[in-house]
Amino acid sequence: MTSYAIFLGCTIPARQPNYELSARKTLEKLGVELVDLDGFTCCCPPPIQSINLESSQAIAAYNICLAEEAGLDIVALCNGCFESLAMVNAALKKDKELKTHVNEVLAKVGKEYQGTIEVKHFLQVLMEDIGLEKIKANVVKPLNKLNVAPFYGCHSLRPSKLLQLDDPERPQILENLLEALGATPLEYRNKLKCCGGLLKGISDDTALALAREKLMNTTKAGADCISTLCPFCFVALDIGQIQVKSKYQEVYDIPIMHYSELIALALGVDPEELAIKSHKVKADKVLEKIA
Amino acid sequence: MPHHNTKENANMSFSEEVTHRHGGETLTACYQCGTCASSCPVARLDARFNPREIIKLSLLGEKQEILTGDAIWLCTSCFNCQERCPQDVEIADVIYALRNIALEAGNSPNIYADFASALIADGRIVAISKFVEKKREEYGLPPLKAVHVEALNTILSATGFTKPEKKEASQ
Repeated sequence: MTSYAIFLGCTIPARQPNYELSARKTLEKLGVELVDLDGFTCCCPPPIQSINLESSQAIAAYNICLAEEAGLDIVALCNGCFESLAMVNAALKKDKELKTHVNEVLAKVGKEYQGTIEVKHFLQVLMEDIGLEKIKANVVKPLNKLNVAPFYGCHSLRPSKLLQLDDPERPQILENLLEALGATPLEYRNKLKCCGGLLKGISDDTALALAREKLMNTTKAGADCISTLCPFCFVALDIGQIQVKSKYQEVYDIPIMHYSELIALALGVDPEELAIKSHKVKADKVLEKIA
Repeated sequence: MPHHNTKENANMSFSEEVTHRHGGETLTACYQCGTCASSCPVARLDARFNPREIIKLSLLGEKQEILTGDAIWLCTSCFNCQERCPQDVEIADVIYALRNIALEAGNSPNIYADFASALIADGRIVAISKFVEKKREEYGLPPLKAVHVEALNTILSATGFTKPEKKEASQ
């Protein structure tokens, strides 16, 4: 059986049981064992890298050490966690001088980074360990009636030199995984541009303007929902619709669905078990098209 | 590539100070083509932010303007510019280096003090309430594992992490 250390991060356990439930149930159904390890801390994403890049790298390395000790690869659900950990893992494997320096720091907490494990995004586990054919064979409720706007966010793809999830300009992994469920992935303007999430609390107006563009462009393309991979993109676009309504007097009413939710539903998991009710924009329109 | 941050000294120009930092190493390769600015999702919407301008000001040694202005904080770290730079300037990483320097000089938006406080106290940047922990049981989710907060704080100290202070009048 394939086993992974699941890296939950901060935002998913704090605010998005819908992401965690759907990801766990999906991987369980597809025969992947998830191990909850002791000790994982914050991954140290961009806001912490902005304070001190060196501290952030060392803390990411510390977390990788915990998985190394358990002999497990890491699966991250959140784009932020994936980026922080995968970036440092790739940099430390390439750069001996950086590794020596980080290990001097880690020695103070009794750890040593070895470079023996992989950090994977949830999508990579689906694509590389399970594969499209096996996913297709397990779909019991095909999403044939759904036109889906795939939204990668930023930190699943970039910086691509270190993350290597897919081509950063023309990615296909999410489109292929949507098609495997029977859904139709749509093209739309500025598909690969940011949701604005990381500007919240710094420039709320600019953050919201970015989210609004995404809602506008996906709606124009005729999407039934937007499929996200990241808790920050999800919040920016879900709660964002309430804020867009009050600031711009525009109503989009487009459900935001994590890819993990779409695949769990297609694999036949009961929506009642997925905390989909926690969405601010109700997902009923999507659920009706799957039933 | 230097990995020990070299703090400013009197003989160092600002661009040297940046290139001696984690993330700042590639600054001087920029030839100002503007590919970054035309790839930037923020520059289209917010006149205060232009990555090419930030690089230019850093190269010209306009330290005060960089460190006390709004601009460096408006990058979303989306890495579009970094992907496309023909000179392999790691622009988003240079901006991290500039933020690290600004923060040590006492300039940062207040939200960073909140992130740092949460990280130091709980080892997480988003707090998890007792209510949410209890909810996990109802959902059938496994209980959350302990976070190694002490080790994290040891690492923060060993790497010179400065906790940003809130400014009363800012924002």
